[in-house]
Amino acid sequence: MSLLVKDKMLADCDVDAPNMHILLKPEVLDKDDYYGAKEAVIDSSICLECGMCRESCRFGAISETFNMIPMKCEGCGACVLVCPQEAIRLEDVKTGETYLSNTQRGTFSYALLDIGAEGSGKLVTEVRKKITNHKKNEKWLLIDGSPGIGCVVIASITGADAVVVVTEPTKSGLSDLERVLGVTKHFEIPAFVCINKYDLNNEISSQIERYCENNGFSVVGKIPFDPSIVKALQEFKTPVEAGNSHVTDEIISIWTKVTEKLN
Amino acid sequence: MKIAVLSGKGGTGKTTISASFAASIASCQYIDCDVEEPNGYIFLNPDIQRSQQVKVLVPEVDKAKCDGCGACGTACQFNAIAVLKGEVLLFHEICHHCGACVIACPRDAIYEQERMIGVIEANKNDNFLHGKLNVGEPISVPIIQELKNLIKKDKPVIIDCSPGASCAVVQSIEECDYCVLVTEPTPFGLHDLEIAVQLVRKMKMPFGIIINKASDDSKLIHDYCRSEGIKILMEIPFSTEIAKAYSEGILPIQKDIVLKQKFEKLYEKLVRGEYQ
Repeated sequence: MSLLVKDKMLADCDVDAPNMHILLKPEVLDKDDYYGAKEAVIDSSICLECGMCRESCRFGAISETFNMIPMKCEGCGACVLVCPQEAIRLEDVKTGETYLSNTQRGTFSYALLDIGAEGSGKLVTEVRKKITNHKKNEKWLLIDGSPGIGCVVIASITGADAVVVVTEPTKSGLSDLERVLGVTKHFEIPAFVCINKYDLNNEISSQIERYCENNGFSVVGKIPFDPSIVKALQEFKTPVEAGNSHVTDEIISIWTKVTEKLN
Repeated sequence: MKIAVLSGKGGTGKTTISASFAASIASCQYIDCDVEEPNGYIFLNPDIQRSQQVKVLVPEVDKAKCDGCGACGTACQFNAIAVLKGEVLLFHEICHHCGACVIACPRDAIYEQERMIGVIEANKNDNFLHGKLNVGEPISVPIIQELKNLIKKDKPVIIDCSPGASCAVVQSIEECDYCVLVTEPTPFGLHDLEIAVQLVRKMKMPFGIIINKASDDSKLIHDYCRSEGIKILMEIPFSTEIAKAYSEGILPIQKDIVLKQKFEKLYEKLVRGEYQ
């Protein structure tokens, strides 16, 4: 879609494992460290080891020897509040990096979450804030979301005009689809469905179509299972760049249907 | 022995591998920690016998005691409490259940109540367990914690993690004995594998790799593993037949006895510590 839609900006909100930058070869304009979490730090020169902090901590983040276990600390500050010695303070922790970049397909915003870091939902919000601040007169913002239904997905779809959910004709695909459509419904965002590899299992594809019809969701596209798509991706090419006209037509049709329904 | 199965990326076949692994080991406990989108049940067909709610503690305000001083809002690091014109607004979905607001309130005006964020379902002997986050809830970690409390010490355990490398995965693989990283031979697969490798290295966990959908292009993963000194535990070839069976909820080991034996052997080797 990033090749076909005109007058748009792009954001990769799959901050856990972003992949779009591999394809887009962005020219980075602006890179920032992102401080999306806090962590408690104990000053051992003042600490009397009274144990009140450990008692207050619900995450088991303070060891027997009064050391913080960074991976367990949520940065809530309960320990700071209870410490009679004022020996604990909260410090900002870097949780990732955000990038704003130029590409041949428009301005592109993405981020890399630090390994094992918290606050991925917050980082998504930051990616979206950055691109919105950079808006000139573009009409569209295309957002690549992440798998799941939790904080990252919620932060990715909040305030979107529409969501296109990509599914595949497998029992797992149908199960995941039902859950993510539940989320779009919960937040009252119009959602459309695209079945990828639809001919891998025609029976489950029909099942997905029936489910969508019964629950008021439109299936806007069906992309066939085509080994040449994988081959193209191995050469860092989308089906559109690889000249797969059938898939390209289908993606154009998805965009047409979505925009028609939005108008 | 507790083995976690993870992958940086969604759709690599993590559930296929972890469910196949679990089904190949006698009296094994399978725990699906991908609580946002659990899929293991589709392949393992457990007879769900019990269901328990997962509850967290969230604050409520006793209006008779509250004078609107704002100390709770200042204490909350997650923006789950806002105090506007003396009125306390609570956003329970983003609460981290830490209790800092209770500590901060000078008038004891905050108390906590239980709130249900999801469920855990299990078969009769807890050999199958999965968690399900309620739709619309952002925070999954408490469900994963609760699942891990149900681990049986005397059994082999397979933990199916969620995709990515964030706090939910950290929680899932913590205290496991070994991590199996699943990848597929595409540039995206390799990129996300590198992220997963960084995570397990940071957590100092022993690990190895299974290449799913292996093909002539697996060279890219092989080259990476060779240069990094990472062990490839197994390769499952790309096959339309496997993909079709998967779509119906059938595991590749159900059709291929040799593959089942490979998982059995792999487990024996892991127990013997051959890949540590």
